Amino acid sequence: MRQSEEDREKLGAPPANESYLTDGTTVMSWLNTRDHKRVGVMFLVAVVFFLFVGGVFALAIRAKLLYPGPFLFDALTYNRLFTLHGVTMIFLFMIPAIPSAFGNFVLPLMIGARDVAFPRLNLASFYVYLAGAVLAVWAMVHGGADTGWTFYTPYSTTTPTTLFPLLLGIFIIGFSSIMTGINFIVSVHTLRAPGIGWMRLPLFVWGIYATSIIQVLATPVLGLTVLLVALERVLHFGIFDPARGGDPVLFQHFFWFYSHPAVYIMVLPGMAVISECVATFSRKNPFGYKAIAFSSLGIAFVGFFTWGHHLFVAGQSVFDNGVFGVLSMFVGIFTAVKVFNWVGTMYRGAISFKTPFAYICGFLFFLVFGGMTGIAVATVALDVHWHDTYFVVAHFHFIMVGATIMAFLAGLHYWFPKMFGRTYHEGWGLVAASLIILGFNATFIPQFLLGNNGMPRRYYQYPEHFQALNVASTAGATLLGFGFLIIFIYLVIALRWGQRCEQNPWRSKGFEWLTPSPPPTHNFDQIPRITQDPHDYRTHAPSGVYSDV
Amino acid sequence: MSEAAALPPREHRAHGADPHLAHHFSSLERQVDASRLGMWLFLSTEVLLFTGLFTGYAVYRYSFPAAFAASARTSEIWAGTLNTAVLITSSLTVALAIHFVRAGRQRAAVVCLAITLFFALAFLGIKAIEYTAHFHEHQLPGRYYRFESVRLPGAEMYWALYFLMTGLHGLHVLIGMTVLGVIAWRTAHGYYSARYYVGIELAGLYWHLVDLIWIFLYPLLYLI
Amino acid sequence: MNETLRRFLFLPDQASTFALEVDHLHYFVILTTFVMSTAVGLTAILFFILYRRRSESQTTPHIEPALMLEATFVIVPLAFFLLWWVIGYRISIQLATPPADAMDVYVQGKKWMWKFAYPGGPNSVNVLRVPSGHPVRLLMTSRDVIHSFYVPEFRVKQDVIPGRYSQIWFNATAPGRYQILCAEYCGAGHSIMRGEVIVLKPEEYEDWVSAQHRGLATKQDGPPTALDFAPPLGNLVDQGRRLATEQGCVKCHSIDGSQHIGPTWLDLYGRHERLDDGRIVTVDEGYITESMMDPFAKIVDGFKPVMPSFANKLAGPEVAAIVEYIKSLQSDAVRTGPSEGPAYAPVRGR
Repeated sequence: MRQSEEDREKLGAPPANESYLTDGTTVMSWLNTRDHKRVGVMFLVAVVFFLFVGGVFALAIRAKLLYPGPFLFDALTYNRLFTLHGVTMIFLFMIPAIPSAFGNFVLPLMIGARDVAFPRLNLASFYVYLAGAVLAVWAMVHGGADTGWTFYTPYSTTTPTTLFPLLLGIFIIGFSSIMTGINFIVSVHTLRAPGIGWMRLPLFVWGIYATSIIQVLATPVLGLTVLLVALERVLHFGIFDPARGGDPVLFQHFFWFYSHPAVYIMVLPGMAVISECVATFSRKNPFGYKAIAFSSLGIAFVGFFTWGHHLFVAGQSVFDNGVFGVLSMFVGIFTAVKVFNWVGTMYRGAISFKTPFAYICGFLFFLVFGGMTGIAVATVALDVHWHDTYFVVAHFHFIMVGATIMAFLAGLHYWFPKMFGRTYHEGWGLVAASLIILGFNATFIPQFLLGNNGMPRRYYQYPEHFQALNVASTAGATLLGFGFLIIFIYLVIALRWGQRCEQNPWRSKGFEWLTPSPPPTHNFDQIPRITQDPHDYRTHAPSGVYSDV
Repeated sequence: MSEAAALPPREHRAHGADPHLAHHFSSLERQVDASRLGMWLFLSTEVLLFTGLFTGYAVYRYSFPAAFAASARTSEIWAGTLNTAVLITSSLTVALAIHFVRAGRQRAAVVCLAITLFFALAFLGIKAIEYTAHFHEHQLPGRYYRFESVRLPGAEMYWALYFLMTGLHGLHVLIGMTVLGVIAWRTAHGYYSARYYVGIELAGLYWHLVDLIWIFLYPLLYLI
Repeated sequence: MNETLRRFLFLPDQASTFALEVDHLHYFVILTTFVMSTAVGLTAILFFILYRRRSESQTTPHIEPALMLEATFVIVPLAFFLLWWVIGYRISIQLATPPADAMDVYVQGKKWMWKFAYPGGPNSVNVLRVPSGHPVRLLMTSRDVIHSFYVPEFRVKQDVIPGRYSQIWFNATAPGRYQILCAEYCGAGHSIMRGEVIVLKPEEYEDWVSAQHRGLATKQDGPPTALDFAPPLGNLVDQGRRLATEQGCVKCHSIDGSQHIGPTWLDLYGRHERLDDGRIVTVDEGYITESMMDPFAKIVDGFKPVMPSFANKLAGPEVAAIVEYIKSLQSDAVRTGPSEGPAYAPVRGR
């Protein structure tokens, strides 16, 4: 239903076909933008591109694994492929995706602000990301590294493959992550509109806020770690070289001190999206708002103290194993709290089974399954069998793909009308969601079983008795790939030919829906004065123009 | 943090009111607060960066106590102590610069910033002398280590950490000098006033951190 | 029941004393995981069915959970998690504590093979023979990068790290052949760095050991080496010292720093040698091995090229023993008494 022109004029809103998208149509107006929405869209394009690049690597790996012996390409190429799959997916997609694409677009809207605190820093964060990405691509094109994304020493300090540009690229991307984190934290502290106190912040903002804290505190350690590896390769300082008194396991401590909180950088924004979507699509207040909000902070805090669970069989002391194991159990509790509250939100709600809700269902199942297998590996004794096998691979893919990417897709479909003012084809949305959920199960459940059976990860060749499960997993991956392809197609079609939608097609009470869809460059004609919670559905929200909450 | 003050009903503020105020902030005070918070957050990242190196130092000192102690004894205490005095004084001069700007004495502020820069240069100069001495004595990291007087296992690890820590710190001194230079130029050209001096504050904060890191490095590398 | 679940979950045979306990915990944790994740998924679907939206302008009540309910959903999962941690941790302590009567075997991982040496006994590559029903402790190190020794059927795994020794133990319950897999990525040959544990009945194992000592060609794993005929020695360093004397190395290389026909072995390892063409090389295992096999590849400045090649005279384990001996000759590690073996913690356990 088209919004009435009269309504728009009453609020002094620009004509329906003017928005941040049309405010300047030259390439330079995009490249030199200070508008957080445009920065968000540019990030979205970039991360989706790298999602596909990483996905192609994944399909190549799974294709090889159809046969136990040498097939398609040699071991060195395979080793490069899984390294680059990991690096691309983690540093070029997972870490920036939800915060830098959706966070950038939606967070200022959600706090009733005109922009983030430091718009130029925001643009810089995009270029820094690009610079790091270019270096990473350069490294890939020149053969790429074969160390695994974890770069364990001494292998990474002695391998002859192209590592330096990749390390440099990751170092630079780290800065982008830090800039985004600083921007969001300061924005939430200083730019909230009148009426938006901390306990009235949308849950998405809480999740991004917690993520930003981790980004700011953990990323420098990654920077230092890759710097040390790079220096050791070039200058042979010997920090991790046992022949010079160095300790290779120290690298693992440094690396995981960042990389464990990093997994929370990857999952917290996903949880943040789900919190928003569950409330909107159940049309109900979040069951335990404070619990969901504070559990994000809890995950951020406790997550810094669990890194040693990656070193259970690395020669860490038995005592340390115990301590890190217990702390890992506590981190799991915060997730349990969230799951309880999300499901509770649906209770006595008014649920609409749209595409984002389909992803929510997938997310819930995968998060609980994946999260509890995480608890399982934290019990030390079980990890002895599972460490560095496909069980761990399945566990983290359940969380990273099954939870976070489902949440990313939920957010993409939820905010697509907001960002582009058009709707996509709902039928295809549900078809793709089903394919993805099915394909995902088919890909990764066999991998849990492979890990149980004893197949180590990063194996180019494998003993023959693992073949059946590998074939099943590859079949699932193909299905998963199709699902993504279908999404890409119908969303691109919707961008150009999708039906224009009203301001608030989901009738959400979220503050971002107080602006037109797509919003004008300055977001709000008047900064709103907020008097209701963003997830309060005791009264309904109209789908058309509205700006009063 | 308190909520925003009430805004005028019509959103178009008179932007001529203050050229420094950005369109998305409700007041200059809030914008300055935001800048400061952003700077403190950035400084926390720097602290964590160096914490990694300090952790490495602690781990290897625990493994090689004799080599570390012996190697640290060969460094020039006069250089380290002088550098400490230089940096601490430079922190004083940058704080004075802020004081002078707030008092409306731009010229004095520029002089203080210039003195800070001079001290920073002096710091780097003294460090250069030390580095040259280390190179001559072959007190170098990893496989380049050839210092005859200390041949204990782990000595090369000490020097690896020494060069990493002081090198990274020196890089931050250079960055700080660049920032201070820009700020000094701006102050000289009247960009800051008693009402708006946040740029100098932020530069000062960065410089104080650089100083603070050195205060931790100094005992670890020279005194113990 | 155990067998059904084991097969359902694709777990390998339970061939060590740990395996059953580990698997029991596994079943407990995984079944709870299945149940909980299905329950959550089904509840979501159930709620969708019960509470689906009936009209576009439908509103909903504001409901908040009672604190008790929230607390229950915190305490109950936490109780489970901590219970699992307690059980798992106790098993892991067992895994880290070999019994006092464990039999030691030295393991060296290198790209891309596993080398085993029995104290006073034979050496073998990629095949580890152990008796069933007897605890075996593996003392492991790596020659190059981090590897990981993994036997799925035993449910044991431990990283193998250069410059350090790690230990693991197991008690194989039944005779059979079990695969050893490397579980830490180590390069192009990572996926083919496999070995085999052959668990023999105790009598058969004794037969094998004595056959090895007698050097009977038909029953050995490899061609006999000097080490097979010597009286058993406790560690590689002593074996290396013996070999260095027998092979005549010490006729040209002094061990006390004095100048002689060849470079002195004192502090050789880790030294930066200047070659006659001006290059500086660091003396590591590779350099020492190369010097023995191809002495003319690198000539140290100031010495004549007169060293014979030992390429066909020394077997792999013998070369390793000499390298270990040279490594032990450090001036600040000089001991006046007889040399001791590597200082492992004495085996204490139940």
